[in-house]
Amino acid sequence: MSGNLKTTLKVYRGAEGEEPHYDQFDVPHEEGASVLDALVWVRENEDASLAFRYACVSANACKECMVLVDGKVNYACTARLSAGAVTVEPLANKTLIRDLVTDIVPPKERLGSAEEN
Amino acid sequence: MMRVSTDVFVVGAGGAGMYAAISAARAGADVILSDKSLISRGGATIMAQMTVASAVGHEEPDHWTHHLADTIEAGHGLCNEELSAILCEESVDRILEMDEWKVGWARVDGRMTQVHAPGHGLKRCVYVDYLNTGPAVARALRGEVAQRDGIRRASGLAVLEIVVQDGEAIGAVAVDVESGETVLVEAGAVVLAAGGLTKLYKRNSASINMGGESYAMALRAGAELIDMEFVQFFPIGHLAPRMVGMDPIMWDPFRYKVGGKLLNGEFEEFIHNYGATDGGTYTARRDLASYAIYKEVEEGRGSPHGGVWLSFEHIAEDVMKEKFGPMIKRLAKNGIDLQKQAVEVSPIAHYHMGGIRVNTEMETRVPGLFAAGEAVGGANGATRLSGNAIPEAFVFGERAGKFGAAYAKNRKRVSIDDQTASSVLSEPKAQLKKGAEPDGSATALMAELQELMWDKVGLFRTSEKLEQALERIREMQNDDLRNITIPDDEPFNQALLDWYELRAGLLCAESVTLAAINRKESRGAHQREDITDASPDLEINQTVELDGSDIITGWAEVPRISFALEEKQAAEI
Repeated sequence: MSGNLKTTLKVYRGAEGEEPHYDQFDVPHEEGASVLDALVWVRENEDASLAFRYACVSANACKECMVLVDGKVNYACTARLSAGAVTVEPLANKTLIRDLVTDIVPPKERLGSAEEN
Repeated sequence: MMRVSTDVFVVGAGGAGMYAAISAARAGADVILSDKSLISRGGATIMAQMTVASAVGHEEPDHWTHHLADTIEAGHGLCNEELSAILCEESVDRILEMDEWKVGWARVDGRMTQVHAPGHGLKRCVYVDYLNTGPAVARALRGEVAQRDGIRRASGLAVLEIVVQDGEAIGAVAVDVESGETVLVEAGAVVLAAGGLTKLYKRNSASINMGGESYAMALRAGAELIDMEFVQFFPIGHLAPRMVGMDPIMWDPFRYKVGGKLLNGEFEEFIHNYGATDGGTYTARRDLASYAIYKEVEEGRGSPHGGVWLSFEHIAEDVMKEKFGPMIKRLAKNGIDLQKQAVEVSPIAHYHMGGIRVNTEMETRVPGLFAAGEAVGGANGATRLSGNAIPEAFVFGERAGKFGAAYAKNRKRVSIDDQTASSVLSEPKAQLKKGAEPDGSATALMAELQELMWDKVGLFRTSEKLEQALERIREMQNDDLRNITIPDDEPFNQALLDWYELRAGLLCAESVTLAAINRKESRGAHQREDITDASPDLEINQTVELDGSDIITGWAEVPRISFALEEKQAAEI
């Protein structure tokens, strides 16, 4: 990351049933970076306990990293990180697991669930 | 704690794992197919851009023995030729089977279109447009998996340890990522199909789950690894300008279809100075192209971000639109117009030739423990041909599932005791140093390990750099790994999983580094700046195994076969 530009990343925290709160992180801002880059930076540098889901690393192939960026549904890996302030929250229409992770696993892929074949 | 029981337990649900599950179910076995991420979405398969090598003879006459000859030549004398022959011969069956499963291989007038990839003697590689091979393969296999009643799917199941009793694999200890619940899997056979280790390098084209856990679990279970020093670097990984939502290896298909030119920082072609040709063609082998780019940068002729230029500016706009369709728009969204600008590229860790040592039935030396896909070592020797990774996933997956099912049929399931599970789950805490408050982070240490492997155990190695890496890796194992804070009992406890990943990554990093130190020569993807020639005495495989917590390396004869090149034939359709 070059230069001294920062983005203030405001992130939803908390598990299902807990009183949620928002944490703020000052993240280095690099031209062209994605919201996913910023989330990964937070885990590596500030808070490893931050939970979010992704697998393919910025290729937009796995489609697991969908969240709300400034209130709009978006993939964290394709949403550009704007300079200034960005708010990231879990999908509103899915059951919350923790932080930015929601229940997107198809019921038939859940070991021990009623729907599992 | 949850207990489940199955004939065949598959770890990893990319191309190899899904094929293994389908094949085991077809053989009448009950299967649990698991993935730490989501079924079919994690792993390397879904990232595949284009080429799948198979001598189907649709584009021009071919025979699998010619594919085998090309594979062995690329392998620089180290291919396990028994595995290579299986890979090339059965690739034809699997690619045709995938065709029946409606993967959608690109076609013209009913014949599959095949392109000429570097190192192949002819047009041999099928694909799915546009740059969609991986997602199409993942979708087709996901559909086949879902249709089979014998397969239970377990997304979000992180496998931590293979359980071995009386020398035999009897199942695994896992954790449900979302709930944090421990899951004991009792199995007649276990298939490790969780990919390679390229995530351990700072610049990589891997998914997050490819930090070498297949290898580490195999080692700890008592299996051997082979050829661990051979990490493939893909020469033209994207470097700049920054793009989002694009795979860094995306320029490969562009080069297959329209060539393009590699230019140094002075906008001059340079590949011909290194003994190959470029000039708008795409035939230079991956190891040679990587070397040429590295040298141009080292000698001050790199592009602004430390790579070289890749230019398609000379190709007509209508040709680009026809060949790449929607990709042109996706590039425009990233502010890139290939008509008007070149992009910067440089090598990136892409694939691991080494891996778990198996026999032709994909079984390790631990009875009941099988491997498939990139997790397997040996079929590609010292460097892999473009297009051999997806067939490897299919072919070895199909075999591991079939032979795993046969093995499971003839044995009784063994119960795993609670003690075993709790000792695996308590390891991060049990290893903590006494009397000190832990303050480290496995996530941060993994980032450091990636830098270390890139700088010291990367594309060009020296004895000095390798020894420095080994020292730090061992320090991280003995010291840093025992000083990590992990939150308790959280749902989706990624920090806990990161601890197991780091432990696995360090074991793999140590294996790669030790093997690279021992191989005192340059061969294929293992390039030493201090010993630049290949040694005839080292045309042998190197093995890695664990003795307690110590890694033991050894040497083994390369398995060879004799075969004749059969007449090339065009497929009748």
